Amino acid sequence: MAVILDAQGLNKRFGAVTAANQVSAAIEKDSVVGLIGTNGAGKTTFINMITGYLKPDAGRIHFEGRDITLLPPREITRLGISRSFQIPQLYSSLTVFDNMMIGLGIVLNNAGLAGFFSRGNAAVPGYGRPPEEVAEHLLARFGLADYRHRNAQVLPGGVRKLLDIALTMVAKPRVLLLDEPTSGVSAEEKFGIMQMVLEAVRAEGVTVLFVEHDMEVVSRFAQRVIAFYDGRIIADAPPAVALADPDVKRHVVGQRA
Amino acid sequence: MTPDRTPLLIGSVAIVLLIGGLWLPQWAMFIVTIAFGNGLVALGLMLLLRAGLVSFGQALYYCLGAYAAGGIGRFFGISDIFLQMLAGALTAGFFALLLGFLLARYRGIFFGLLSLALSMILYGLLVKNQALGSTDGFNILPSTLFGIRPGPEWVRYAVLASAAVIAFVLALIVHRYLRTPLGRLAPAIKDNEIRVEYMGASARRAVHVKYVIAAVLAGVGGALAATTVGHIDPQMAFWTTSGEFIFITILAGTGNVLAPFAGALIYGIIHTTAYDLSPNTWQMSLGLALLVIIVFLPEGLWSLFRRRAWR
Repeated sequence: MAVILDAQGLNKRFGAVTAANQVSAAIEKDSVVGLIGTNGAGKTTFINMITGYLKPDAGRIHFEGRDITLLPPREITRLGISRSFQIPQLYSSLTVFDNMMIGLGIVLNNAGLAGFFSRGNAAVPGYGRPPEEVAEHLLARFGLADYRHRNAQVLPGGVRKLLDIALTMVAKPRVLLLDEPTSGVSAEEKFGIMQMVLEAVRAEGVTVLFVEHDMEVVSRFAQRVIAFYDGRIIADAPPAVALADPDVKRHVVGQRA
Repeated sequence: MTPDRTPLLIGSVAIVLLIGGLWLPQWAMFIVTIAFGNGLVALGLMLLLRAGLVSFGQALYYCLGAYAAGGIGRFFGISDIFLQMLAGALTAGFFALLLGFLLARYRGIFFGLLSLALSMILYGLLVKNQALGSTDGFNILPSTLFGIRPGPEWVRYAVLASAAVIAFVLALIVHRYLRTPLGRLAPAIKDNEIRVEYMGASARRAVHVKYVIAAVLAGVGGALAATTVGHIDPQMAFWTTSGEFIFITILAGTGNVLAPFAGALIYGIIHTTAYDLSPNTWQMSLGLALLVIIVFLPEGLWSLFRRRAWR
């Protein structure tokens, strides 16, 4: 299988703390990868380095063969890597629909399809439909259609999570990084949300990396698991193998049992 | 999408003003023309305010615009009102483009105070500059229009009409800009810059663009004020002048591009009336007016007239 995202030898230190120590991982196109590890193990640092929020001290990151190591987040987004956040990052004073439209406007603008004189209804790249339709399509996909006129500020927690992820999809990414998509969501809702998100995202042919603490969710949805501990990768294998690994049991699973 | 009625509204108001203006007494023409100048500055502040930025130093560009308009008269003998406004726009835009590289990095109180500091630097420079008249400033050549000097009874109307045309054209352009993706980004920047960046846009660049547009508007406003009053001085860059513009912006609200002009006109009327009634305590009347607005109409006077279709 073709490698779409390739991180090699990433190092990152914050003072005395090593947040990434020789982290290397090649992600295959169309795969679903779970990132596990205790808090502070280096999962989010890994995501932050890939999306350009942090610059690694050493190592390179290639996306579709192109070196993206030192690019800022907006450039990386434009190339085709989007991310969601552990704490949803929404436009809280705007409605759910307008949240989507802001994102679609940026996409059109970056594609040069939304100048001063255009009517703003050009087909959105990757979707081939005008922005309003794409917004409706994505809201329906993520079960958000009934909330379209609600202000983002007053949404329930699970809905905020879904909107945060739906927002990542406007740019039609090819790689999506989900930072704890089910944190703050009740245990009953977790599987439903994960199911809906993965279906919606996979329908658009997106490669997914997700950070998750719930091992049941990981073993059910991930095809491959990368376990972090103390800034290093201690296991990288299919879920059944990775979760049975003694190091993973001791450092990741054990602490949560 | 709701039909956009604002262009129609702008056009109607412009026509009413251009025709009705013929019957206005001279003093009222003066107030309306000055309101156009102040309204343009406030329109720029509105753009910034929508993105969550308050500039306490917009008088910088107002003053630069005024001195540019005065300067081309003083040094090159140019007195055409449209060229004066063009000079004001270009000068203010040029400085905003440069200073924007610095300002666009800051938000909140830092943005506000830095802009204030820059305007006070200009004030200080002008006060020290003898060639530009120091604290006295200098007089502006009487306005001409495409090489024609209107008769004394027509000057006020000519300036008013030119102001109305320019102001409404600029208002239309800003209105159109607010409907482009970059223009729509303002509330998004106010809400969440991280998300803006992670959606592939540069918040800093968007702020820089807004800052330059706001400066150009302030520059035109300053040039207009200069040619209307016929005199300019460093007081135009003083921080209290910036305060007046913020006053107008808050008074007006950010709902529509016409709001700043309505706000500026009401400000002018309150100012003139209060000054007439009680020359020593007119600031108190303005203060009370602002207090009432903030308490009862936090979204400004425009929220009184708002219809969904006008958004």
